[in-house]
Order: sequence, then structure tokens, then C-alpha cells
Amino acid sequence: MEALPRNKPLPGWLLNLTLLGMMAALLGLNAVVNASLTDYAVEVLIHIGLAMILAVSLNLINGITGQFSLGHAAFMAIGAYTGGVLMCHYQPAGWLGTAAFVGVTILGGLVAALAGLVVGIPALRLRGDYLAIATLGFNQIVITCLQQIDSVGPFTTGGAIGLFGIPHHTNFFWVYTWVLLCVVGIWRLVRSGKGKPFLSIREDEIAAGAMGVNTTFYKVAAFVVGAFFAGVAGSLSAMFELSISPTSFNFMRSVEIVVMVVLGGSGSITGAMLAAAVLTYLPEQLRIMPGPLHALADWRWVIYALLLIVMMLLRPAGLLGKREIWWTRKRRPTPLEGPT
Amino acid sequence: MQVFLQQLINGLSIGAVYALIALGYTMVYGILRLINFAHGDVYMVGAVLAYYLSCWAQKHVHSTVAALAIVLAGAMIGCAVLGFLIEFLCYRPLRNRPRLVALITAIGVSLFLENLFQYDGIFGANPRQMAQLIVVKPIVSFHIGGSPTAVVISSVDAITLGLSLVLMLALSWLVLKTRTGLAMRAVSFRFDTAALMGINTNRIISITFVIGSALAAVAGCIDAMRYDINPLMGVRPGIVAFTAAVLGGIGSIPGAVLGGLMIGMVETLLKGLILPSAYSGFADAAAFVVLIFILLLKPSGLLGKKALEKV
Amino acid sequence: MPLLQIDNLGIHFGGLRALNDFSLQLDPGELVALIGPNGAGKTTVFNIVTGVYAPSAGSVQLAGNNIEGLKPYQINRLGIARTFQNIRLFGGLSVLDNVLIGFNQSVTHGFWGAVVRTRHFQFEEADHEARALELLHTFGLADRCDDIAGDLPYGQQRRLEIARALATGPKILLLDEPAAGMNPPEKADLMQLIHFIRDQFGVGIWLIEHDMKLVMSICQRITVLDHGETIAVGNPASVQADPKVIEAYLGEPA
Repeated sequence: MEALPRNKPLPGWLLNLTLLGMMAALLGLNAVVNASLTDYAVEVLIHIGLAMILAVSLNLINGITGQFSLGHAAFMAIGAYTGGVLMCHYQPAGWLGTAAFVGVTILGGLVAALAGLVVGIPALRLRGDYLAIATLGFNQIVITCLQQIDSVGPFTTGGAIGLFGIPHHTNFFWVYTWVLLCVVGIWRLVRSGKGKPFLSIREDEIAAGAMGVNTTFYKVAAFVVGAFFAGVAGSLSAMFELSISPTSFNFMRSVEIVVMVVLGGSGSITGAMLAAAVLTYLPEQLRIMPGPLHALADWRWVIYALLLIVMMLLRPAGLLGKREIWWTRKRRPTPLEGPT
Repeated sequence: MQVFLQQLINGLSIGAVYALIALGYTMVYGILRLINFAHGDVYMVGAVLAYYLSCWAQKHVHSTVAALAIVLAGAMIGCAVLGFLIEFLCYRPLRNRPRLVALITAIGVSLFLENLFQYDGIFGANPRQMAQLIVVKPIVSFHIGGSPTAVVISSVDAITLGLSLVLMLALSWLVLKTRTGLAMRAVSFRFDTAALMGINTNRIISITFVIGSALAAVAGCIDAMRYDINPLMGVRPGIVAFTAAVLGGIGSIPGAVLGGLMIGMVETLLKGLILPSAYSGFADAAAFVVLIFILLLKPSGLLGKKALEKV
Repeated sequence: MPLLQIDNLGIHFGGLRALNDFSLQLDPGELVALIGPNGAGKTTVFNIVTGVYAPSAGSVQLAGNNIEGLKPYQINRLGIARTFQNIRLFGGLSVLDNVLIGFNQSVTHGFWGAVVRTRHFQFEEADHEARALELLHTFGLADRCDDIAGDLPYGQQRRLEIARALATGPKILLLDEPAAGMNPPEKADLMQLIHFIRDQFGVGIWLIEHDMKLVMSICQRITVLDHGETIAVGNPASVQADPKVIEAYLGEPA
């Protein structure tokens, strides 16, 4: 048999050690960033990080598995309120505070993941546009419920006015650690024998079923994992903005994330990250620029809308399509290659 | 009893508006299998045009009937043109692409309209009210069951119901009795075959969009008489009307009417009768709950047919 | 006991009876064919057997167990794999990935193993990749393993679809018009390939085909379908001579 030259993979423990090393580096970077950049600049960086988590997690559902969820902000809301309500109520401080922050963020993700399960199962019966509308409906229901409910048992949730007084815990380190976990986690998941079926469902769901892929399981799994990270992003956001309200998680927010995924290229993890960074950074940059460019920041939504329309007319696959940023048309890395 | 009857009338009135909007959704979906996200915003544009035309008419036209006619006609023509342009510029080039591409484009058009109209040069984000052309007064009022409060059908209700009835009858006549209507039905049944049979599918699609948009414009005018006008007013009615279309059976014209009336009644009864006032806000979510239930249990809706996928 | 036993299978779509009283037996390692004019219901039979449709009547048994009404992925895991009349490859993925997805049911590392990259995961990935490459080599596609499946020429796409189906480790392979769109030398290669698959992999093969020369030369038994009804069953010689078959179908040149 002709042995084609294929790279020998790095052992798993080494890759994971590298990952830990990167997190340690982030800790150092955190100190540098806080010392040398303005508060506003740090805020922008954090917003970019959160956008990346949201875009990459939606990309798993929409781009990689080929479904169409228009309600991602609802998962974010669930995570934000889970984390925000608990932290606001108990207000833990010091080391306990940090530990609680980590715990509550994961909890927010898990509760959102549960919601993803709830949405994912009925979603199996629905195709394309019907699924889009159903997820939009779900988003609206979540918002309406949050608006109508002022408290759950002893915990205040704030109702339509919103929740205030959430303690500050989120910083550069935490956000980008989660970005790392989200990106690497989803990357490794999809580029594995267990994860390839996600792609097969997007390519041809009927053929996937005929090849033994339990399409039900994978479609729900995509929602659960995507929702988890959206919930995490929500919780992180709550602990940064220090106040949350239901309307900030409405349909428009979901569309913002969809635009990032569509622009970057459905199915491309790096594409989603790139688009998230650009679409978060650009409006901020335009806002502080002098003269006529300043007005462009106000027209942000009109520009988003035109961008969507033009992209669909000219390049519906998005900037990177299904490829990652370093791939050529022919050569693709095997699951054992590629970074981490 | 009085409350129930009153809510019923209100429900019919609101439902008629939903039905008018739902017709546009169902006709476009029947032909193109596209959820025209921008349709709710065409309704909004209708309301905005009603605003501007009514302000002008109030000053220059003395007959109420003529003023109303101008407002309606103007809004209908304006929205018809808008609907035509949207289809021609944004959806037609994507006719052969996957449906999700067109769906995303539709979302883009919707966002574009919503945000464009928020600019002060065009309308502005603050809600405004239409110039009052009709005096809102009870046309029919009767007492029932010894209750001191009368059941009232107001002038606005009368116009709503009357106008809707006339338009729906006209649409039925068009679809069932004319050659264009036959062509529309053929295209919605089998697109490619209809084209092969010599039907100018582009023309039929344009006509469908034009009619749907004109009906949405009427809905916009009616709601402009009742509520405040603002650029985001089409978002909720749009989703609710789409739900109505799905409930009645997407692609079915009588289904859209049935669905619209039913949802209008459900919402009104929930808000006015069933839910205690503290929870009346939940009625807003009712349409979405209904939507999800239908999609899961009977996606073909009440009057629609099930389609089987060929492998 | 026959490997595949189909009894009195029937299905109707709305008012149309697409298939009526269809029966068939397949023993391990047999090579049989289903032929008939267009629209006769042949692909419908495959669709019922592979779980795409549930039948209105009748039963399908694999190694003695009823499988009618099961989901497609469950039927595949029990041992039936198929190709499609209009090629359904995972067009945007690489050739290698297409075959690797065929191995999905033998993956034992879970999501956790994939995310943490345990040693078990890495071993399994390497093993699957080696097996996939070997399979591709058998089908002459090993040198194109990293190319995008949709870019392949038509004949190679058909072969890849068969390779992918075999990767699922079936006991029976259903091939839906595998020779469609091929020229005579390609068809000759395909005939050899089908024999080779049957011998090498020990699978029973059930073909739907229009090309009579291909079918007559390699199949042991042929069932003829017309308008959902079975009009003849037998070996190539007897079917070829059957007047009903000639009337319904064999007026066409091979």
C-alpha cells in the first residue's frame, strides 16, 4: 500500500499543556492590558471577545451543522440572567466572589444548554425557514417572560426595567480564556471522528442518515453546545455591564450575531471570529472618528442591512465560506493536524 | 356577556388586519417558498404614507370620503411600488439560490426599512399620530343582557371590517375567476411546469408581490387610525400575521383569512377576558406559542396540505 | 435463513399505489438485480428497505429481525448500506472525510475524548484514517484523498459513493443505478468492481439498473417491476425471454 506522507500528530497531553500555557499567558496579558490601555479600549476588547464566543457558538448550529437558528440571543439572556440574578442576590466578595463567578458562569452555560435541548428537540421536525421562525418565536417568548416576571421566589429578576447592581467580575483574562475554551473546544469537537457527522448533516442530511449518522442526536447536540457557550457569554456580559434588561437580548441582538456568522462564512470558525472582531470594532472606531465618518456609526444598522443584502447577492458563502483562514482550495488538514 | 361580545368584535377587527397582512405572506410563500420578512415593514410604510397623506388631505381636501380615498389609494400605490421593487431588486436575482440565502436577504431588507425610517429626514424614531380624518364614534351600539354598558361597533371597526370584506372578496374573485388568478395558482402549484406552459412567471410573481403589498398598505392605514405610528410598528404584527398564515395553512388564501381572524380573537380574548391584568403582557407572546405549537403538531396548518419530500 | 427477507411490501402516496405486494429474498453473498421502466417503483423499494419511507403493508426482515419503520441510521447500523440514484456525496467535504464519515458508527471515543484529545482518541483517528485510505486505494481514489468530493469527475464520484457505503461495514449493499452516465469502458470496470466487492467484502449486492447487458452478465437473479407490480422473477435467461418483460421494457436497446 502506498503510504501518503501524513503528519504525525502531537500527543494530546502536549496540546493540552500548550493550552494551559496560553491561559497563563492571558493572565499576564491581562495585567499588561489593564495597565497600559484606557478603560474604553479594554471595554472594546471585551466586547470583541464576547462577540467571538457568540459568533463561534452560533456558527456550530448554523454554519457547521447547517441549521438556522435566529434566536441565539435568547440563550445569551438565559445565561446572563442566571448568572446576574444569583450574583446580584448573594453579592459574594473576595476569593469566594471569584470562585462564585466561575461557578455561576458555568451554571449559566448549563441552564442555557438545557434550553438548547428544549429548543433542539422540536427543531428536528422543522426545516430551514420554519426553524428560523420557530427560533425567533422562542426568542420572543423568552424576552416576554423576562419582561413580565419581576422575581422568582426570593430572587429579584427585575422585570421589564431590568436588573441592576450586578457585581463586577469579568475582565480581559476571563473573557479571552473562555474565547480560547470555546474556539478550541468546538474546533476539536468538529475535527474528530465523533464530530464530522455535524458537517455531514449540513452537506446532505439524507445521505448522512443512510451512512448511520443519528441526525437527531447531532442536531440537538449542536443546539446544546452552541447554547452553552452563548449562556457563558451572557453571564460574562452581565458581570461586565453590571446591569441587564430583557430588550438587550431581543431579535435584533440575534440578528447581529447571525450577520457575523453570515459575513465571516457559515462553517468557518476563524471566519466567525474575524467577522465578530471587525463588526464589533468598526462601529466603535467610527464613533470616535472626526467629521463625516462619525455619522457612519449612526447608520450602523442600515449598513448592516445593506451588507447582508449585498453579501447574499454577490457572495452568499461569506468571506471565507466553509474554509478556515489558512486553507487553500485543495488541501485540507486531517483531524490530527492543525493547531491544537 | 357584554364584555364577551365586545371583545369578539374587537377581536374580529384586529383579526381582519392580521388577515390582510397574512394574505401577503401566504401568497408569496405559496409561490416562492420564501418567508418575506420585509412584509411587516411594508405594512409600516403603509402606515407612514397614511400619516403623510392624511396630514396633507386634512388641509386640502374637504370631503372625509375623498380624504380617506386619497389616503388609501396613495398608501396602496406606494406600497405596491415598494413591494415590486423589493422583489425585483433583492429576491429575483436569488431565485435559483438556496432558500436560506433569500431568507437572509429578506431579513436584510426588513432591517434596512426599519432603520431607514428611523432617520429624522424620513420619519424619525418618535411615534406620531395620523391626522384625524374620521370621528371615532359608535356606529352600532346595543345593550345586551341588561348590562348598563353597550356593545359598540365603532366607525373605525366598521371601516376595518367593511374594507377587509370588500378586499378579500375582490381577491377571491381575482384568484378564482380570472386568468391571472389561474396563472397564480398554477405557479404556486408547480413553478417549473407553469413556466413551461407559457406563463410569464416573473410577471405573476411581481403581481403577487404588488397585491400582497397593497393589502398590507390597507392594514397599515387601518392601524394608523387606531395606534401610534413608528418605524418598528411592523415587527410584531409581521410575526403575528405570519403565524396566522401558518395556522391557516401556508399557501392557502382562505387559510390566511381564517388564521388571521382566529389569532386576532385569541389575542383579544386573552388580553381582555382571560388573563388577569397583571399578566396581560403575556398575551403578546401568545402568537409565538401558537406558532411553535402548530409548526410542531401540524405544520401544514388548518387548511393546508402535507408535502412529501422525494428522495 | 435468507439474510434479507421482504414479504408483500406495499406503499401508497395519497391515492397512488406506488408499490404492491413486492417480495424478495437475498442470501449472503448473492448478487441480484431489480429492473423495470422509469417510474416503476424501484427506488421506492430501496427507500422503504433503508427506512426513508415506512411501508403501508408488508414486512422487511434482516437476519430474522423486522426492520420496516426503523430510522435510516438504525437500519444502516444493522447492516444495510446504499448509494443514491442522483449522487448524494458530502460535496463540500474532502474525499477522505466522506469515507471517514462512513466509519462514524465504529467511533468509540466520545465528545469528551475528542475535546480533550485522549490517547484513545488519537489512536482511533489514526486507525480510521489508515482504514479509510486503504479503502480508497482499493477504489483507486487514494491519491485524491484531500480533494473536495464535489470536484471529482462523475465516474470517480460514483466510486466514492460506493466506497463510502462500504465504509459503514454493511452485510448488504444496495446500489441505485451505479452505471448511470457511464460510457462502455467505465461500465466494464464497474462490473469488475462489483464482482470484486462481492468477493473481497463478502457482501450481498442488490442492484437497480437500466443497462441490461450489465445486469444480465453479473446477476444471479432478476426481479422485474412495472407500475409497482412484480411482473417477472428469475435468472437472466428466463427473464430475457419472458413476454411480459419484453412488452413492458425490453423493447429498448441495451
